[in-house]
Order: sequence, then structure tokens, then C-alpha cells
Amino acid sequence: MTNNIEITHIPHRRGRGTFLTYTTGYVSSILLTLGAYVVVVNHILNGGTMVFVIVAFGMSQLLVQLLFFLHLGSESGPRWNLVIFLFTIIIVAIMVGGSLWIMANLNYNMIPPAVNDAQQYLINQ
Amino acid sequence: MTDTTLHQQEYHRETDDKTIFGFWVYLMTDCVVFAGLFATFVVLRGRAFGASGGDLFSMPFVLTETLILLTSSFTCGLAILAAHRGDTRRVLGWLCATFALGASFLGMELNEFHNLFQEGHSWHANAFLSSFFTLVGTHGLHISFGLLWMVVMGAMIMRRGLGGATVRRLICLSLFWHFLDIIWIFIFTIVYLMAA
Repeated sequence: MTNNIEITHIPHRRGRGTFLTYTTGYVSSILLTLGAYVVVVNHILNGGTMVFVIVAFGMSQLLVQLLFFLHLGSESGPRWNLVIFLFTIIIVAIMVGGSLWIMANLNYNMIPPAVNDAQQYLINQ
Repeated sequence: MTDTTLHQQEYHRETDDKTIFGFWVYLMTDCVVFAGLFATFVVLRGRAFGASGGDLFSMPFVLTETLILLTSSFTCGLAILAAHRGDTRRVLGWLCATFALGASFLGMELNEFHNLFQEGHSWHANAFLSSFFTLVGTHGLHISFGLLWMVVMGAMIMRRGLGGATVRRLICLSLFWHFLDIIWIFIFTIVYLMAA
């Protein structure tokens, strides 16, 4: 007698796209790319604001591509793909954020990026 | 339907889901790799002995590259739609389009690297360039492997048609390709746009 344990298979459908979702994602991505490009190339904003706006465009495009191309979060059943993705984001945030924080606090970084006397001496060698 | 056929269908569907989920986990680890390279780049971007990235990069060139890769991501999605319908000819068609666009992107990127090198801005020059070539080069290496994978999938589809395993592999390839486009968004934003 074979092992007849009945496992109720909860249907887990991966997210699927349609022509409409892919096209929407594509057009939105183009617009967001061009938007960021235009802001930079035409020097519409400056410094911190520009960085913020560009990053906002980038994050929006990330969301668009995750939703429309990778169908993240649209799976039925337990959303393990989404969970793993969020975990990765946490790891990335710790790594990148932590690196920037630590490097910003090192004395070496207090030397201005322009060549200082010590570096010039070494270059001259 | 007999019990065995249902079982087989269940098995195939579960294998599909598990394999694709496993591939997704791999992509997430790849994400962490790129995050490390990004962190390194951002830390080192000031270490260029005064030279700035804005002088080195041509913005229209990079925009073209970006739009090409984005389009290739779109055609890849269309290939998957065709695969779900079982339309072999359309799949091959869209796969070819994706490959052509991806190869154009890679060609443009190699051209950019070559020009930088010729002008003396090699990875030996300073820390900023070292991290630049490492980050963008790693992405380019991934693109190359994706292109190779597309060739193999094309050959597989031509020989065996769209069987169960083939569609699963196509889905993994499309996940990979979409992922690379997402990484490129970040490269475009953080490396090129912020240099200007």
C-alpha cells in the first residue's frame, strides 16, 4: 500500500502578466527614465533636491518594474517571493547604509578629495 | 483523468513553483552582491584625484543604452506571454529581439569601456574608476551570461519545442533578465546621473 497521506495542495499561482501590464510597465519606465534624464541634463534642480528627485524617479521605476515585469506580490497563496525580497531589502539597507555611515565617520575621509600634500609627495616619487 | 495523471500534473506544477522560487532566491543573493559593489562605488566616488565622472560620461549615449536594455526587458516579457500560449514561433521571435537588443547594449558598453581605456581612464588610474569598472563590468558580465542563456534556450526551443521544462527555464531566464534591467536602473541613477 503506497503512502496515501492527503496533502491539500493550496493552489499557488505565480503572478502572470498580460500584454496590457507589460506595456503599461514599459511605457511608465520610459517616462520615468526620461524624466530623471531631463532633470539632470537641463540642470533643472540643484544639489540635494536634484539627488532626491532622481532617486525618487529611480525608486518609482523599481516599483513599476517589480510590479509589472516581475509580478511581485501578485502571487496567490503564501507570498514567499515577496517575503524573500523584503528580507533582501533589509540586508541591502544594512550593508549600504552601514557602509556609508562608517565611511563617513573615518578620519581619512576628512582629507578633502583634492590632492593633499602627502599624496602629491607620493605622486612625485 | 486518472489519479496518476493528476499526480503528474501536481508534481510538474510543484516542481515548477519550487524551481522558480529557488531561482528567485538566487536572484536575491545576486542583489546583495550588487549592493556591496554599489556601496563600494559610492564610498570611492570622490577618490578620483579631482577628476569627475561628469567629464567621462556621455549622457545621450547612456540614455540610449538604458532605453535599449529597457526595451529588451519588455520584449522578454512578451516572449513569456507567447510561451504561456504555446506559440513557439512568437517565442523565438521575441527571444531574438531580446537578444539583439541585449547584444547592442553590451556592444555599446564595451565601446564605452574601450574609449575610457584609450583615454587613459583605466581601472588602474584611481579608486573611483576601479570601482566603476568593477560595478558596471560585473553587470555587463551578467548580461553576457544572459545572452548566452538566450542562445541556448533558442536552440532548445528549436529542437524540442515548448515542453514543460523549457517553459520553466524560459521563466527563469526572464526573471534573470528583468532583474538585470532593475540593477541597471540603479547604475544609471547612481553612477551616471549623479555624476553629472
